[in-house]
Amino acid sequence: MTIKEIQDGIVEDFSMFDDWMDRYAMLIEMGKECPIIDDQYRNDQYLINGCQSRVWLHAELKDGKVYYTADSDAVITKGIINLLIKVFSSQTPEDILSADLSFLDEIGLKEHLSPTRSNGLVSMVKQMMLYAEAYKLKGEN
Amino acid sequence: MDINEIRKQFPVLDQQVYGKPLVYLDNAATTQKPLCVIERERDYYLHENCNIHRGVHYLSQMATEAYEHARQTVARFINAPEAQEIVFTRGTTESLNLLATSLLGTHSMCPCNPTVLVTAMEHHSNLVPWQQMVQRQGGKLLVAPMDDSGVLDLHAYEDLLKQGPQIVSMAHVSNTLGTVNPVKEMIRLAHQYGALAVVDGAQSMAHLPIDVQDLDCDFFVFSGHKMYAPMGIGGLYGKTEWLEKLPPYQFGGEMVDTVSFEKTTFNKLPFKFEAGTPNVGAALGLETAIHYIESFDRNEVLKHEDALVAATIKGLSKIEGMRFIGQAPVRSGLVSFIIDGIHPYDLGTIIDKMGVAVRTGHHCAEPVMTRFGIPGTVRASFAMYNTLEEVEVLVKAVNKAANMLR
Repeated sequence: MTIKEIQDGIVEDFSMFDDWMDRYAMLIEMGKECPIIDDQYRNDQYLINGCQSRVWLHAELKDGKVYYTADSDAVITKGIINLLIKVFSSQTPEDILSADLSFLDEIGLKEHLSPTRSNGLVSMVKQMMLYAEAYKLKGEN
Repeated sequence: MDINEIRKQFPVLDQQVYGKPLVYLDNAATTQKPLCVIERERDYYLHENCNIHRGVHYLSQMATEAYEHARQTVARFINAPEAQEIVFTRGTTESLNLLATSLLGTHSMCPCNPTVLVTAMEHHSNLVPWQQMVQRQGGKLLVAPMDDSGVLDLHAYEDLLKQGPQIVSMAHVSNTLGTVNPVKEMIRLAHQYGALAVVDGAQSMAHLPIDVQDLDCDFFVFSGHKMYAPMGIGGLYGKTEWLEKLPPYQFGGEMVDTVSFEKTTFNKLPFKFEAGTPNVGAALGLETAIHYIESFDRNEVLKHEDALVAATIKGLSKIEGMRFIGQAPVRSGLVSFIIDGIHPYDLGTIIDKMGVAVRTGHHCAEPVMTRFGIPGTVRASFAMYNTLEEVEVLVKAVNKAANMLR
């Protein structure tokens, strides 16, 4: 599936709920099933420090596609990470770099990606893009 | 004390967030401002605005008089013997930076390798300025420990005093634990061992009556915005004998006496510490906030705030896995907690959606979190306008969030 198709699917899933509580309940569930980072990468080298919650992120390139795994000590943060992983993982670096993140607005989670929120998510998205950028350059060489 | 009448003075409280009535329990970060304070600052800009201490014209004289009157009001409020012992600053952080820089930056007050003693429960603002200055000067920082309930270990404190720190700086009330430190006894001990005593009153000014002469502290610092006054104004009280000896912190503006290219002599107290144009409007707002606080029976306000703390502890303690961080017998104004297996950020995010504003995280006191082995806490902090009904909303919201997150 393309990034856009996955995003549309997520927006559709979330639009079933009118109530914010149900949306958050879903996010929390997603947090619990986030593709957990391998223990060897759950260290300071892969740590993205937010003031409020911590995020660990790892990526690898297989057959021209990027695969992300991550973890966080806060479950809502982890739910959003899982959303981002669903969108970006197993995509090519080029597609990741040209993706649009406005689907997070549509499902009412924009506030979590505000630079002032200091939960590590903004830095995480940046880090995801950096991995994609690095793998793209690697592919070109 | 009619809470409904009080709440009418704070229009910001009367609003909905996410369609729910706002329950504002983040008062240790900043309190809301009553109408009289807002109007005082507005009036200043509408009718009185002028730079002070320099114009011969009418408006400048009026503004100067009003500003100096505000200084007298602050002095009276904390029972400082003289108004010149009050320096207006931007707030607690600036006051502490002024002290750390001026006390330790030159050797007129302290030796080359200074030692400073703080407590284990300090806000970063009463830790980092001292830490950085002692590191620059080749000195050392001593930290008085606390026990698991968040009570300072007075014996260890006295033992550390025997190492001969020149300065002791202590939180009056801990911003994370709510502990009220026995500052009077701590100051007496500091003096007994020859140290100067600094009290960080950021979290005490709005709640506890302050008498700097009774405390006998050498310096006392505070922020206006945590006591119903505007942001951008706060103060430093210092005994005249020390302020006279202390070199200026910033230079320029009205803090000088005479200036030539070779030499500058400095203005008298307190002006030598007030470089540049001060925040006159906010200082007048601070004066009005003091009048506002004084318009109540302070014991009654204290009792009300204690009742809010007690009700919060009682309500929250029924929640499974609840752990209170800070259980000192003498406490003020706030309740800090975590729930087993739930990250404070998650809890704060969910109860925010229910209209409840609390602070989550390390509260600018990371060493305190490390001491308790936790990533942060959820902190509910109170002001005179909070109600028992709001405490009920908080308890219900935390319950609901905990069920969602488990």
